[in-house]
Amino acid sequence: MNELSILGRRLPKVNSWAHLTGQAKYADDIMLPRMLYGRLLHSTQAHARIKKLDVSRALAYPGVVAIVTGADMPEKMGIMPSTQDETALAVDKVRYVGEPIAAVAALDEDTAFEALSLITVDYEPLEAILSIEEALAREDVKIHDDSTRGNVFKEVHLSFGDLEAGFAKADHTRDDWFFFEGNTHAPIESHSCVANGEANGNVTLWTCTQVPHYLHRELEKVLGVPRARIRVIATPNGGAFGGKSDPFAHEFAACLLALRTKRPVKFTLDREEVFYAHRGRHPVKMRLRTGVTKDGEITAVHFQSWLDGGAYASYGIATTYYTGALLTVTYRVPAYKFDGVRVYTNKPPCGPKRGHGTTQPRFAFEAQLDKIATDLGLDPLAYRLRILQPPNSRTVNDLRITTMGLGECLERAGRATDFSARHRQLPPGKGIGIAGSAYISGAGLPIYWNEMPHSGATVKIDRGGGVTVYCGTAEIGQGSDNMLASITAETLGVLPEDVHVVSGDTSLAPVDLGSYSSRVTFMAGNATKDAAMKLREQLGTVAAEQLGVPVEQIRSAYRRFYDHEHPDAFMSFTDVAVAAEARFGTLSAAGWYKPPTGIGGTFKGAGVGPSPAYSYQACVAEVTVDRETGVLTVDRIVTAHDCGRALNPANVEGQIEGSAYMGYGEIIGEEQVFRGGLHKKPSLLDYKIPTSLDTPKLEAIIVETIDAEGPYGAKESGEGPLNPVIPAIANAVYDAIGVRFDETPITPDKILDALAKKKDRVGPTGLDGGRDPKAALRRLTASTDARERKRDA
Amino acid sequence: MLRLPRFQLHTPATVEDAALLLREHHAAEQDGAKTGTPGITVMLVAGGTDLYPNMKRRQFTPSTLIALGRALPRGIQNGGLRPAGPLPLGVTIGAGATLAAVASDTRVLSGYRALAESAIAISTPQLRNMGTIGGNLCLDTRCNWYDQSLFWRMAEGMCMKTDPSVVCRVAPSSPRCLAVASADMVPALLALGASARVVNSEGERVIALADMYRDDGISHLTIGRDDIVTEVILPPADGWRSTYLKLRDRGSFDFPIVGVAAAVRLDGGIVREARLAMTAVGSRPMLVAAAAAALIGSRLEDDAIAAAAAAAHKIARPMDNTSGTIAQRKKTVPVFATRALASLREN
Ligand SMILES: Cc1cc2nc3c(=O)[nH]c(=O)nc-3n(C[C@H](O)[C@H](O)[C@H](O)COP(=O)(O)OP(=O)(O)OC[C@H]3O[C@@H](n4cnc5c(N)ncnc54)[C@H](O)[C@@H]3O)c2cc1C
Ligand code: SF4
Repeated sequence: MNELSILGRRLPKVNSWAHLTGQAKYADDIMLPRMLYGRLLHSTQAHARIKKLDVSRALAYPGVVAIVTGADMPEKMGIMPSTQDETALAVDKVRYVGEPIAAVAALDEDTAFEALSLITVDYEPLEAILSIEEALAREDVKIHDDSTRGNVFKEVHLSFGDLEAGFAKADHTRDDWFFFEGNTHAPIESHSCVANGEANGNVTLWTCTQVPHYLHRELEKVLGVPRARIRVIATPNGGAFGGKSDPFAHEFAACLLALRTKRPVKFTLDREEVFYAHRGRHPVKMRLRTGVTKDGEITAVHFQSWLDGGAYASYGIATTYYTGALLTVTYRVPAYKFDGVRVYTNKPPCGPKRGHGTTQPRFAFEAQLDKIATDLGLDPLAYRLRILQPPNSRTVNDLRITTMGLGECLERAGRATDFSARHRQLPPGKGIGIAGSAYISGAGLPIYWNEMPHSGATVKIDRGGGVTVYCGTAEIGQGSDNMLASITAETLGVLPEDVHVVSGDTSLAPVDLGSYSSRVTFMAGNATKDAAMKLREQLGTVAAEQLGVPVEQIRSAYRRFYDHEHPDAFMSFTDVAVAAEARFGTLSAAGWYKPPTGIGGTFKGAGVGPSPAYSYQACVAEVTVDRETGVLTVDRIVTAHDCGRALNPANVEGQIEGSAYMGYGEIIGEEQVFRGGLHKKPSLLDYKIPTSLDTPKLEAIIVETIDAEGPYGAKESGEGPLNPVIPAIANAVYDAIGVRFDETPITPDKILDALAKKKDRVGPTGLDGGRDPKAALRRLTASTDARERKRDA
Repeated sequence: MLRLPRFQLHTPATVEDAALLLREHHAAEQDGAKTGTPGITVMLVAGGTDLYPNMKRRQFTPSTLIALGRALPRGIQNGGLRPAGPLPLGVTIGAGATLAAVASDTRVLSGYRALAESAIAISTPQLRNMGTIGGNLCLDTRCNWYDQSLFWRMAEGMCMKTDPSVVCRVAPSSPRCLAVASADMVPALLALGASARVVNSEGERVIALADMYRDDGISHLTIGRDDIVTEVILPPADGWRSTYLKLRDRGSFDFPIVGVAAAVRLDGGIVREARLAMTAVGSRPMLVAAAAAALIGSRLEDDAIAAAAAAAHKIARPMDNTSGTIAQRKKTVPVFATRALASLREN
């Protein structure tokens, strides 16, 4: 094995220049001759039957070229084949305000917009279900007919080990309720696509998607056009974070309109439409019961989650399982029971957001561990270090753990902040908190059942020493193109800039399942390495022959093949490539990766949770609370992350910091909330993503554990580092003001209210008494009415 | 992206031409008060940072816009109402001066600190380069049931501010719109005792800024639709100290959900004159008269400040139509009043 020449270095990303200079071509930058502009008509009703949909006046409007409606594409679709409950455009019924109903293609955007107002929709309004409690209770209103209990989408129950014995052994049991408010990805690039209807009946779709392959499959199904005639090209995503990993209405509409008009059709969503497309973090209500011995050893955990799924399935079945699956991989849990319920409500569908399904329970678990530490008088850092799940072990729910760097993460984050000396010692209003967490490096199973590789790559060498890597991954800003170039360059002995990357194109590149669940570096990295190794062998063979040394002695780096013992004896990469092509024929090789079997259990539901490797993280947050205004300032966030090996430390740090920023936003104020069925804040002015002025000092610490199965030892770093930030801040707020926030976000009004009422805890106490937005609205209206009357009198 | 509706743009070179154009187009308009915002067919635009977003969301769809960019003065200079004599002159600011220019002007920074602080606290650097002080004075009132897209408001069913025949969504029984005064500079200017020079086709006049606002979310300005603000006039700064504190969700971008400006004229440590003004806690910016009374003659002792803060608290009427909550905003008013006043003490 070579010493590493590329990996581990802080090299600039191969696509940085294009992004910095504005040359990167996002979907909305694509302009084609004769292109039409599309706009979607959205439902104004949260829940209603469509009695009549009449597009004739809009179709007659000058400049309108074509219109499609739900009836044109009635085929059910959805990202998870087992729970397909969506149609491209609403058919018969609408289930949330903002749901797409029809799509207009016109000569320009203004015309398309104006035409929307000429479409007549007659609704028969139905009662809207807006909360988890209502969804569970109401048998009389069904958002989807196939819900057997209330509006339950999915219910799962899993049990491992002897729970009763575990609780019986416990000296101390905590039973806490939590609520995690929903929030959304807010990528700066809004969703955009261009479909081109070609003369031969083929269609090409450029779109900012995280999942070109899955989208390809759904397009075939919905359009009724064979996949061979559809080409999907994932454009660079200007941020995605999970929000572009479903097939979307505008993508189907663009393709159908393009096929019908034989012209290119572009859709770019406006910001409000992005909020309706959503697929963001589920609001989750949670109950967590944990038994511990008097020194804190966990004896049993019972976790229950209720997820508010919004109107459709999206990834919901996976999300539901994920709320329960990964609680066991961080600390020793000998007995574990998990009950999860996801319900439908009349709100935009929830789906995966960075940390998919694991963020909410991690908040609950780490907040509760902090309480346990307080109850038992333990230092929360030392306590966590004492109960770690060991490396190379199996969890109670049968997950295989390999490398495990949580201990080192906790220690290093603690050391960097002098945590144990300062915790409980800071002046009033100042606090410090800690939390740990974990995430998967890709899911063990694909979304649709098959036995093929999860990722494939082809590497080809040309006669001038240039290298091209083809892989179906989607570049969403996380650096996957750079990862492909770096692994190829490292393996062959060239530089990343010598490698041309062709990614995200279903016609050119082998399948990769997509940029979700932090799978790309691990899986596409291994596939690329596999392909490049095959060529490396051929090159090594001819280099050894020509240099007259044994092949084991041959190394390659910096565009040279050389004798390890006598580095002066070398050949240029190009000369070796030419000799190898003469000897072996065209230099091209395919590689692939499929996660090993046996990394998870065999019970029903065991499919979600297993991963070829888990990443680990710890975070220490420092906060200041202004007790008079309730303003919470996060002064510093230090996050340590075990990424296996940092293939590019600068990129890993970028992911750690970006995750910390995002987690910070979720706990401090971001919320996807509704007033009646209407989104309360569908704009970037009202939906409060933090600005650069708000963002605390972020510090990233890289912990390396060199995973035996990861490409060159790497694991994920795109999502996990978000998870510990949220509970660390909540725990720091407790340290600062003695109030436990068992719900997110922690806003100034909640802080003021808690301090005024001398509450020591803010959060739900059960399922009932939960927030019913309508009730709140009624109360509010009544009180403002009363006040107005008083003032007038 | 949301796109602007179609409109015709006039770019008159002088304020007089602008005033004539305005009168001419206005005369052709139906009565906007009866038909709501759809009835408004002509409007002025300066920086456009308030109006254009509103037009994109179709709060306004004027067919004619009269752009003031060429016509308005934008200089900041010595001058003012009181002519020279024993009293030094104040400062006049052309209504076309950008927020960035006001925030960085040395006269403003040294003599009228509250104004500079309020200007720099407005939205973002890009918008401060475009937005003007005149536009800020005339900023539309805000409400999160109203500052939404056409689609959103259609789904909601509109409200009184767009359509007078519909109820107010915040308080359905309210006879008037409760949208919130949200301009940051206005409370600062009120505390500083500013006036505005207003021009229309008939001539010009100077009005005290305190008289320019009305407690009504729809017709929140007392000046007419034929009027153009051309200048802001500040009295002499001698002996005055002032400051502005703004509550917002984020460090940039956001409109105030509480804004408190305080100004005092100290003489030998004793308060001779004082003004406390607020915004974002009612449909009009407010001068807190009782606060001034509590402060005059004091040395800004804790109890004088407390009395002033209590007076502010008493008249603050936040509604549930901005971000944050009513209770949070109401509680913050006296805290900010106290902090603002305490910061004006001489060391
Ligand atoms: C994202 C965002 C954030 C913002 N944040 C803030 C904030 O925090 N605080 C704040 O105060 N403002 C904020 N604003 C509003 C706005 O940027 C400022 O108030 C700015 O000063 C408005 O000036 P303008 O010249 O752009 O006004 P315009 O948009 O040109 O005009 C605003 C209104 O005033 C009228 N008008 C303009 N000039 C005159 C005149 N000379 N005479 C008579 N009428 C006139 C127009 O007809 C229009 O009705 C924000 C805006 C945006 C888009
Ligand atoms: S306060 Fe009432 S009338 Fe005014 S904008 Fe808001 S909802 Fe409309």
